This record gives sequence, C-alpha cells and structure tokens, in this order.
Amino acid sequence: MYKTQLIKSSTQARFLAVRQLSSTSQLLKWNDIPLAPPDKILGISEAYNNDSNPQKVNLGVGAYRDNSGKPIIFPSVKKAEEILLGKETEKEYTAIVGSKNFQSIVKNFIFNNSNKDANGKQLIDDGRIVTAQTISGTGSLRVIADFLNRFYSNKKILVPKPTWANHVAVFKDAGLEPEFYSYYETSKNDLDYANLKKSLTAAPEGSIVLLHACCHNPTGMDLTSEQWDEVLQIVQDKKFFPLVDMAYQGFASGKPFEDIGLIRKLTKLANENKIPSFALCQSFAKNMGLYGERTGSISIINSSGEASKAVESQLKKLIRPIYSSPPIHGSKIVEVIFDESSGLLPQWLDELDKVVGRLNTVRSKLYEKLDKSNYNWDHLLKQRGMFVYTGLSPEQVIRLRNEYSVYATEDGRFSISGINDNNVDYLANAINEVIKN
Amino acid sequence: MAPFAGIKELPPDPLFGLKARYNADSRTNKVDLGIGAYRDNNGKPWILPAVRQAEQKLINSPDYNHEYLSISGFAPFTESAAKVILGENSLAIKDKKIVSQQSLSGTGALHLAGVFIKEFYQGNHTIYLSQPTWANHKQIFEYIGFKVASYPYWNNDTKSLDLSGFLKAISSAPDGSVFLLHACAHNPTGLDPNQSQWDEILAALEKKKHFIIFDSAYQGFASGDLEKDAYPIRKAIDSKVITSPIIICQSFAKNVGMYGERVGAIHVIPSTVESNDSLNRAIKSQLNRIIRSELSNPPAYGSKIVATILNDPELYSQWRKDLVTMSSRIGEMRNTLRSKLESLGTPGTWNHITEQTGMFSFTGLTPQMVERLEKHHGIYLVSSGRASVAGLNEHNVDQVAKAIDEVVRHFGKSKL
Repeated sequence: MYKTQLIKSSTQARFLAVRQLSSTSQLLKWNDIPLAPPDKILGISEAYNNDSNPQKVNLGVGAYRDNSGKPIIFPSVKKAEEILLGKETEKEYTAIVGSKNFQSIVKNFIFNNSNKDANGKQLIDDGRIVTAQTISGTGSLRVIADFLNRFYSNKKILVPKPTWANHVAVFKDAGLEPEFYSYYETSKNDLDYANLKKSLTAAPEGSIVLLHACCHNPTGMDLTSEQWDEVLQIVQDKKFFPLVDMAYQGFASGKPFEDIGLIRKLTKLANENKIPSFALCQSFAKNMGLYGERTGSISIINSSGEASKAVESQLKKLIRPIYSSPPIHGSKIVEVIFDESSGLLPQWLDELDKVVGRLNTVRSKLYEKLDKSNYNWDHLLKQRGMFVYTGLSPEQVIRLRNEYSVYATEDGRFSISGINDNNVDYLANAINEVIKN
Repeated sequence: MAPFAGIKELPPDPLFGLKARYNADSRTNKVDLGIGAYRDNNGKPWILPAVRQAEQKLINSPDYNHEYLSISGFAPFTESAAKVILGENSLAIKDKKIVSQQSLSGTGALHLAGVFIKEFYQGNHTIYLSQPTWANHKQIFEYIGFKVASYPYWNNDTKSLDLSGFLKAISSAPDGSVFLLHACAHNPTGLDPNQSQWDEILAALEKKKHFIIFDSAYQGFASGDLEKDAYPIRKAIDSKVITSPIIICQSFAKNVGMYGERVGAIHVIPSTVESNDSLNRAIKSQLNRIIRSELSNPPAYGSKIVATILNDPELYSQWRKDLVTMSSRIGEMRNTLRSKLESLGTPGTWNHITEQTGMFSFTGLTPQMVERLEKHHGIYLVSSGRASVAGLNEHNVDQVAKAIDEVVRHFGKSKL
C-alpha cells in the first residue's frame, strides 16, 4: 500500500528569548513568539530587490511582466477603471458574499461560459450553485477549507505532490489534514500518472481531493481529457469530495472558454448525481491582472437548491467574523468588463490571449537556446501556464542565484513571465553553465 | 446522503436583514436609520472630496498598477495610519515600539488580533466586551475560541455611563484579562467616557495588568477632530499610563468613507516602556504567517487611496475638512431631533441624543416601539433602539420626530 505522507519538517523554528525586565517580570505576557519562517516565494523577490547586479533576473513571483520586464495593467482594465471613476457614486459595503451581479458573472463565466455549457446552465437554473466573492484565490481556499472543516464528514484532504506552496498552510490552519498523492515524477520531469491513480485509489474513502483545474502550480503539467475521466472515476468510486483550484483560467490556451474541461466534466457528473457536490476556487489575479485587488470567488455545487440556501447562509456566518465583506474595487472592475454596454469583454479576452501568447513564445525561445546535449528539456514544451518546472536541483538553483543573480524558488520553478527578449540569452547561458557537471 | 444535505439554514444577519426589509419596502417616505454608513443631506452615499481627488491622482500616476502588496500591506499606508492614530510626534513610533500591518478593515484587524492573542498571549483568554457592544464583536471572538464576558457600560435608566459598574468589572476580572474598548463614538450607544473618566478606566486596567484592544472605527468622525478622538489611545500609550500590551484595530471605513474597499490596520504595541526589535520582528512574522494562509495579502486600491490622502498635505487638509462636514452634519441632526421632540412635548427626556457622539444614537426606544416605527411609519431602526443619525436629514427629521412621538405615546408612559 503506497501512501505519500507529508514530510515532517525537521527544522524547528528558532525561539527568541524575550528579555525579562527585573522590575516588571510579568510585564510581557507573551508566550515565546518564534520568528516564523519567511514566505519562500516573497522572500525571493526581496533578495532580488536587494541585488545590485544589472543583469539580475526575477523568476520567483508568479505575476505577469511584459517584454520589458514591467508590470502591466490590461488596457481593458484601465478603461474599466476610468469608467468606474466617472460613474461611481458610492463605496458602500457589498454583501457578505459579494454583489449579486458579481456572483452571476462568475457563475456564468465558469459554469456556462459563452452560454454554451448546458450542464452548467442546468445547475445554475436549479439553484444548485452557491457563489461567494472572496479575497482572491487564497481567500476562497481558506473559506472553503473552514467550511469543510466545519461541515464535511472527513478532515483528510489529498493534495498533489508537489502543489502550490501555500495550499498546505491554508488547509492546516483551517483544521484540515493534508496528505500528498503522487502527481509528478521529478526524475523524469513528467506526470507520474500510474502512481497518481494508485495513491488516490489507496487513499481513505470520503477524503477531500484537491484538483488543479489547469496550469498546475508549480509543475505546469496537466492531465489529458482521458486521464481526467479516469481520475474522476476514482473520485466516484472512493466517494471523494472534489475541491478544484482554478487560479489560471485562460492561461493554458489563451482562452478562458477552452480551459474549463475539468469543470465541464464535473458539471455533467453533478447533473447525473454521480458526483453530486464539489467546490471550486477561482481567481481573477492572473487572467485579469487584478493581483493586489484580491478578486476571487468560491463556488459550492450542492445536491439541491434547498441545500444551496442553507450552505450560503452558513458561508455568510463563517465570513462575517473574519472580514465582514469583501473588497469592492476589483469586483467592480470585473462587473464593468462583463457589462455588455462597456464593450470591454472582447477586448479583455484578446489581451489575455496575447499575454499567454507571449509566455508561449518565451517558452519556445528558452527551449531553443538551452543546451540539449546532456539534458532533456522536452518538458518545457509540455508544460502550460505561468511556470516552468525545470527539474534543476536546489544546488543548481542556488548556483544560478549566487553566480548569475537569477532568482527562483529552490524547487526549480521558474516564473516564465520574468523572461523576456532582453534576458533570455543571459538566462539560457546561465542555465547551460550550471547543468555542465 | 450527499455532503451538506444536513446543513441547517440560518436566518439572515440582523443588520443585513434590516437592510433587506428596507430595500423591499415600497413606501416613498421610508427612512433608513439602520445600517451604519454615512449619508449626505439628500440621504445619498457621499464619496469624500478628498477621496475623489486622491483617486484621480492615483489612477493617473505613471507607476499605478495592481501588483500584489506585501503580506504586511502597503507600507506608505501602514506607516501613515500609525501616525494618524498615535500622532505625528508619537514616542511609540519614534522608539519603534509598534508593529503595524494592513488588515481587511476593522473586522479583519479584530480577527487578526484575536487569532494572534489566542496563540501567543499567556494571560487570561477571556475577552470582556462592553454591554452593549457592536453585534459582530461576540461572533469575531467566539469564532476564534475566546470565552466572551461583558462589563457594564450603558446605564439604561440614566442613559449614561455606568462608570462604577465598569470599574468594578475591571477590578473583578482575573489579572491579565483582555478588554475590548471603543476608542470613541461607541457603537451602538454613541456614549463615550469623558477624559477624566477615561483616566480612571485606564488606571484601573493598568492596575490589573489587563490587555487592551482598542477598536478605533470612528477616529475623526466622532467629533471632527482626529486628536480629540484618539485621546484614550494616546493617553494609554505615549503617556505610558498602560504598560501592558495594547493592540489597536483601526478602520478607515467611516472616517474616509472607504466602506467596501476594506481599509484597516492592526497595530501591536507589545510594551509601552521598552522597545524590543527582535520581538517586533517575531510578531510581524507571525502576523504575516496568519495573513498568508487566510488571504495571502491585503487589497491594494483602498489602502493606496488612504495613503495618498494621508501623505499629501493638501489632500490631508481637505480630509480634515470633510471630517468636520460629516460630523457637524450629524451633530446638527442630533440637535434638531432633540429640539423637535422637546417641542412636541414627547414624554421622557431626550438630552441623551445630543450628549452622544458619532454615527449612532441609543435612543432608549423599546423593541416594541422600534417594531411599530418600522411597520406603521416606515422608519427602520435596529431592535435595540440604535438609530444611525447619519440617516437623518433636513427632509425627514420632522417626520422621524413625529413618528417617535407617536410610538412613545402609543405605548403609554415608559421609563424614557
């Protein structure tokens, strides 16, 4: 029986001694407060910012950069903000679960995209989908994790190995018990599909299972349609509860409509009551460039409209004591873009396609320039989305940092957006140097 | 059985439920004195002129973007937010005794404070809330696992502060308990201690080494004066009246009108008598850890608006004028309502309406009176009798006064 357990960290957090005042020794009534380890991904950016090498390259944070290495605002988003600035008459609280308009937009964008998803439409019309605005994708993961901790029968949550760095922390802090299932074979830089099926089949019945909808973070390797069918059959057989994380809709193909194959399978299975309930975490951070505006949603698909009303009321009760209601600026931008009278939706879709096109171009260019005599780089072309999971070892990544000022996480994940025409030669040369051993 | 099939449906949150009933009411003369948001003299939401100007400046600046903030938030915002609450010349800021993080408005700061204290505070994990207090306070702390107790605050018979009861609760509570204090413009009563009363309260808290959480949601909005409204916080911290830890939960929802943009900050002062860099770094790192697993990082836009206002002298000056505009309009409505009730000869005394401050008036009306106001007169109040004075204006205050007069007389002589 093969089971992947969370690797228990052997590193103990270092405790700081709090200096005791002799005259008021009971003054600082703190338990020892350890210095929490810095966030790995954000730490990369800080080190990059402190580096004075003009050729430095930041491949750490997954945020889009243009071909000059600069942040962008999608022109359609800029126009939406100008429209908002001109017409906004209030900054009132939105509802605990966000505005009805935003909820409707998200439901249709995900489940009935372009009004061509009959199964999703059926679920929407039956009132089986509860959608709440959340603090981007992370907020949605945390809200659903808290919800599952309180209302679902099983605390075990199966996460792919590897998965996004923050998943485990989010789930653990919510009281769930993460456990890895096989996903990727680092020695082959490919999906470990056989062991994926094996480890899911061996996992406890009724577990929650985390599925990345597309553009798996950090590997960029997604399942094929046939592979998803097999996995979803295991989900049915094992009565798992699927929790889908979709932070990159549109980043696999350039078209949001084409990236929701897994959702289409799930909505079909939901209508057939084979998987009567699942949840989906969604974010506009990447595909609309709303990163810091924290715009996202959680959708819970329930067995009936009645169940949905109860679920929504409990979601509200859960959210209110944490932040009362979500931030409005990003969701208002989304609402303007999806408002037909603004004419901005086609423009945004076109801009997204171009952004993804640039990323794919960069992938190809990097691939061309990499030395293939001692290393197989084919996986670069198979991977999708914002990242390249290079397969470089921590030692090689550290050498890239120390000798070439190339900053990436030690798992070898590169944010491909940090690569551009100005630095791709330098980067390829640096990689070629560190793999020469 | 499908997952979640057994989940019970909950009734709507009372405040949001009130708003829903108001929205569903088709009467043209209905009046919303329910939810706590500022309205202008035409009963409309008001975007502060300082905010309008700040937004223009922000969106048109060449380096404007939507990038992730750091986990701690927008540094120009957190730094200037600390200065607003503690003062430009604050010793605590100068001596680096304060750790500041951006939060999801005041609620987010209270939640963070609770999670942090629950994990790291060695003292008594009972939190004492005023009686009454903001409806969400209890939920926030119970959700995190605190035991919630209360201290006397509002004396319904005299419609004034029950200071002796308050002080008695402070001295009776186990040493090192957590006390939540409204810095000014108490919600829902509108009743604040005066300065000498604050001095007594703070001295009693210090004697028992209690942990203070200041909920500061109305600075500048209460009196129109930022300094005056920060009195108990500055007294506690920079005058070192309190030497135990203090956390300030700051909201810019009301005073900058940021409401739905969710702009707030949490400020932790582990000690007012000593700065400890390594402890501050540890605290910051733990707050970051908590934020990272809940929301990754805070919303950018609102904090940039507020930072723009607080750091631009002209916009800051405009903002202070906007605060006076809002608080003086509310003050006028208090005066008008009271004088109209007294002119009508409405039974009881009504001086408490003008003695209270901030957004709310704890009218003293009973739940039955409130229900009748809603059903018969289309005037919506919280069942506790809390009225949002911001919902009053020159066009409706006469109608409201007459309606109150009617319901008070309808239920006969009461203890008003």
